This record gives sequence, C-alpha cells and structure tokens, in this order.
Amino acid sequence: MDLHFYTRISNGERKAMNKQPHKVQGHGGYQAYTTGFAISIILTLAAFYFVQEKIFNGWELAIAILVLAVGQLLVQLLFFIHLGREEKPRWNLVSFLFMLLVILILAIGSLWIMYNLNYHNMVDDVDTRIMEEENIYRY
Amino acid sequence: MSDIGTVANAASKLHAEEQNKTTLGFWMYLMTDCVLFASLFATYAVLRNNTAGGPSGEELFNLPYILIETLILLTSSFTAGLAVLAFRHKQQTNLIGWLLVTFALGLAFLLMEVYEFAQLVHEGNGWQRSGFLSAYFTLVGTHGLHILVGLLWLVVVIPNILRNGLNHIVAKRLMLFSLFWHFLDIIWIFIFTLVYLMGNVRL
Repeated sequence: MDLHFYTRISNGERKAMNKQPHKVQGHGGYQAYTTGFAISIILTLAAFYFVQEKIFNGWELAIAILVLAVGQLLVQLLFFIHLGREEKPRWNLVSFLFMLLVILILAIGSLWIMYNLNYHNMVDDVDTRIMEEENIYRY
Repeated sequence: MSDIGTVANAASKLHAEEQNKTTLGFWMYLMTDCVLFASLFATYAVLRNNTAGGPSGEELFNLPYILIETLILLTSSFTAGLAVLAFRHKQQTNLIGWLLVTFALGLAFLLMEVYEFAQLVHEGNGWQRSGFLSAYFTLVGTHGLHILVGLLWLVVVIPNILRNGLNHIVAKRLMLFSLFWHFLDIIWIFIFTLVYLMGNVRL
C-alpha cells in the first residue's frame, strides 16, 4: 500500500474514484504490484539457487545474496510502499534514511566491537601480553 | 450553494491532513521497529558461530522448506496490495476476498514457522542449547510475533468492513495494515538471506 494513498482518496474522494480509474492504474496500480511481485519472486529464487548449487564460494556467494536482498528491499519500497513519491517536506523518506544510518552504525559497530573483543581475548594474545609485562620469555 | 462545496472541500482537506499525520506516525513506529530488528540481527551476527559444540545453522536449516515459507509470505504481501487496489476501486467483495487470502497465507506461514520451532525444540535444539540458537529464536520469533499481530489485525478489520462498509476508518486501518505487512515482508527477506541462506555459506 502506498504512503500517499490518503492524499489521493480524501481530495474529493468520490470524484477521484469514479472519474479517473485509469489514472489510478498508472500510479501503483495492478501493473506496479504485479511487476514488483514477479521481480521479488525471481530474486528470491535466484538467491536460493545460488546457495543450493554453490554457484560461487565464500565471500563472493555472501556478497551475491546480499546484493539480491538489497535489490528486493528496493523493489518492495518502490513497487509496494511507493516510498519517495510524496510531496515536499518528505518526512517519510527523511525518517527512512535516518533509520538506515542508525542501523548501519548499530550493525557495523556491533560486529566491529565484538570482532575486536574476540581478537584481543584470544588465549595466545593474552598470554603474550602477560609475559611481556612480567618480562618472562617463552624459551 | 458553492459554499457547501467549499466547506466540503475544506473538510476533506482537513481529513487528508489528519490521515497523513496518522500515516507518518505509523511510519515512525515502523522505523523504530526496524531499529529493534537491526539490533536483533546484529546480535545474531555476533553469536552465529557460538554453537557451544551444538549443531550449526547449516546442519539444522531445511532450505527448501524455508523457501516455501518465503514464497508464501511474498505472495501474501502481494495479495495485501491487491486488497488495497480493490478498496480504491470500491470493490468490497474483492477486498474481502483478497484480505481472506492474505490471512490464509499469513496463517500458513506462521504455522510452518511454529512447526519448524517445535521440531527444533523436540530434537533438543531449543533456545537454551547455544548462543547461536538463542539469537536465532529471538530474531525469528520476534518476526513471527509481528505476523501474529498482523493476523489479529485482519481478524478485527474484516468483520468491521462487513459491518460498516467502506469508509474513512476502514481506509485508514487498511492502509496501515498493508504498510505493516509489506514491512514484515522486507524483514523476512533479510531473515531469509542473513540467517538461512548465510547459514549455508562458508566464509
């Protein structure tokens, strides 16, 4: 459904409904939904196929399926939610972008910190540090 | 006589403004919900290798089963969109029909997920088995809970339409529901990719 449905409906509700069904069609009508649906099915099946058949390996595969997921996100946002088609001040879009910033900081930050924590807590690392501090040498 | 027209116009403008505010408020809620899911995703990413000697995702997840779940949810998102279009064309029967289809697909998805969870717990791989499984159940379970709320929403909206017909209140509820439903679909795409598919990728 779309974010700007209301503006369209409420501005002379009945008038708009009876008079311009063809206009409704063009903007987020059946065509948009069907196209969006078809693309997202294709992207899902492609991601599944890549993993099942091991078309790529390791990081290449990971990046490939991530790109497909982001593609799906865009399809859903554009064809189903119709983000960015509002009038100026675009609060929906602005809050969406801010949310993206927050989750990037949150996700990347967590991974970074936890990776470093794991790294510095590795037994070998700790041992070496203690030995250095105490002037003890291994051999 | 033109006065009436002007008044009606002003009233409908006021209505649109109010409803736009409702939409924006709900949109803000969805954005914060995204942040909630992002923190669950981050937790999962951090814990995904902490299997405590237990099974990993690769051993546990049945990908074709999850693919069917995914396709069901994608289709229900599409039918929710069709319901909105039916509303826009004032086709009440179609609207009810598509909402029922959306409900049935959502329920099928939820039941498949509950079955998967039950299977895991039954085999001794419940949330207390390892850090990986705790994070997994929290993330996927939170999404499932949202789906349950969406289904309850439909249980309220469908009888409401049957009783009161198509009016502004129905328009508002329907529109917020479909935003919510598309949003859950987006979250699931990332669960499908980052949890299930990535579980089978060796880095």
